[in-house]
Amino acid sequence: MATSEPTVDDLAPTLETNVAADEPPADAGEASEETVLHASDLTVYYGTEQALQPVTAALPEREVTAIIGPSGCGKSTFLRCINRMNDQIDGCRVEGKLRFYGKNIYDNDVDPVALRRKIGMVFQKPNPFPKSIYDNVAYGPRIQGCDDDLDATVESALRRAALWEEVSDRLDESALDLSGGQQQRLCIARAIAPDPGVILMDEPASALDPIATTKIEDLIEELAEEYTVVIVTHNMQQAARISDRTMVFLTGGELVEFDRTAKIFAEPEDQRVEDYITGKFG
Amino acid sequence: MAAEDGSQSTVDAITGDVTAADRRRNRRVRRLLFGCAAITVLTTVAIFFALLDNAFSFFYEIRLYEFLLGGEFSQRVSVWEFVAGTQWYPNHGIAPAFGILPLLAGTFLIVVLAAFVAIPIGTATAVYLSLYASPRTRAYLKPTLEILAGIPTIVYGFFAISFITPVLLRGLLGPFGIEVGRLNALSAAIAVGIMTIPMVASISEDAMAAVPDGLTHGAYAMGASKYQVAIGIVIPASLSGILAAYILAVSRAIGETMIVALAAGHSPNLTSDPLAEVQTMTAFMVHQVRGTSAVGSVEYQSLFAVGLALFLITLAANLLNDYVKRRYREEYR
Ligand SMILES: Nc1ncnc2c1ncn2[C@@H]1O[C@H](COP(=O)(O)OP(=O)(O)OP(=O)(O)O)[C@@H](O)[C@H]1O
Ligand SMILES: [Mg+2]
Repeated sequence: MATSEPTVDDLAPTLETNVAADEPPADAGEASEETVLHASDLTVYYGTEQALQPVTAALPEREVTAIIGPSGCGKSTFLRCINRMNDQIDGCRVEGKLRFYGKNIYDNDVDPVALRRKIGMVFQKPNPFPKSIYDNVAYGPRIQGCDDDLDATVESALRRAALWEEVSDRLDESALDLSGGQQQRLCIARAIAPDPGVILMDEPASALDPIATTKIEDLIEELAEEYTVVIVTHNMQQAARISDRTMVFLTGGELVEFDRTAKIFAEPEDQRVEDYITGKFG
Repeated sequence: MAAEDGSQSTVDAITGDVTAADRRRNRRVRRLLFGCAAITVLTTVAIFFALLDNAFSFFYEIRLYEFLLGGEFSQRVSVWEFVAGTQWYPNHGIAPAFGILPLLAGTFLIVVLAAFVAIPIGTATAVYLSLYASPRTRAYLKPTLEILAGIPTIVYGFFAISFITPVLLRGLLGPFGIEVGRLNALSAAIAVGIMTIPMVASISEDAMAAVPDGLTHGAYAMGASKYQVAIGIVIPASLSGILAAYILAVSRAIGETMIVALAAGHSPNLTSDPLAEVQTMTAFMVHQVRGTSAVGSVEYQSLFAVGLALFLITLAANLLNDYVKRRYREEYR
């Protein structure tokens, strides 16, 4: 279901894809066959304030990558780089490269609107549109003009978001009447309805109770079968439970360690990461 | 015991004389503020009764208060003639006519034409300001709008007769063989429309700015273009505020006086021709108050009947505005 390969052509139809990186990637970010997102020396400034030290990392396809780190360390900032939502922030400047299937998304010929149609996002606070449940899920397919058999698309997205059972008989009701946990699953359904390939989540469960959180976590694991998921979380156990790989940022916006989640939690290379994970720091 | 002493002093503190004095001061301040707030309400009520009192004598020859004190009345103009009559010649020596419809039609024509100017341009300006403009453009555009809003309306009136009619309308319509008179509804309406653009723009923009970032960011993250965000998210979510802006602008246009008195003419024509001379309710009132009719005469008292009609129409517009705001308030939480 998830579309993958032809993405680059959609973004920059006129250019040849430059899959081969023009410089050899650093250790942390060895690009390989399955790499979907490849950051090299990605740096972010807010005005003159540097929020992200140069990040180099390769995120593989159909895996869950968790981003952890103390508050203000740049997790959301890094996440917003991936779908260029930083463009929406006045004074935010991004340097370096972020390749999506080999194509640097910060090249001038990349249209952020087209990019975001390939990379969905779920926000920390559920933000359903003040429309019906159906119209929320149908929003993406509609704006992209692929609204044939919308009913099937909506149902499938709601099923994958584990919400169909609860709302199938009231699709016409306002999405604002759902509970917080339902709203967040609706936002996930909305994000996956256009089949984006990559899904970014910024603390999607932090506003939810434990039961709703469990549902979302189960959902993320299922999504990873089709999608590449990047999730920011404050919850160490959550990262350990659901992710394949973990990026650890520490204060100052430095990517300190990026490795298999099992490795990070069992035997981290960096002392500061161990301190952070065991709660001695941050 | 120490603990009991402690709790006793706390009880003293929260029940002591200090709070009694405080309460008195609070009460005085509240009364003073209430008095100030009450002035606006009292004024509105007083205006309404002054109009009603005088308008009564237009219809029944004596003032309302005289009637209530037991005075004799004799009908001069029937309410039906006033409300449904199609001719308005209050100053005609032999056969005066007191049908307000030509004045209503004149006002209505101006308002509709002005709305065609103010609503599209004002809304587009609001959308531009809230979604497209860079912070720098915004910084220039907003004060410019405020300047436009601060220009005295008589200046707009002169603008209408010295530019809109002779240059704009004659320039555009002349080549098609359409004659444009010196005074006409369209020219005044364009000026009224321009005058209300800032109102539509700034109130709509406030409403659009109140749409939570979460919603617009959610839409952008779905791959919506700015246009799609504007049409699909921001405008629907701020619709109540936008409609309120339209209603306020319309009620402002209904009451606009100087521009129409200067540029729309003084012929109470019952017409929908934008290039005809029309007389609005307000323009009539200006005209009449400067005339020679004697206070108390039916033609003079017609001022108050028209004024009362104007008051009721704008009141209705304001109530509608209130209703719209309440009705559509819960678009987002
Ligand atoms: N819009 C902005 N304008 C200016 N500075 C910002 C902005 N957003 C974030 N920053 C700064 O960038 C740094 C990283 O912020 P970011 O939101 O990415 O942190 P975070 O890791 O997501 O934190 P949290 O866990 O609290 O969400 C912080 O120092 C923050 O103050
Ligand atoms: Mg964050």
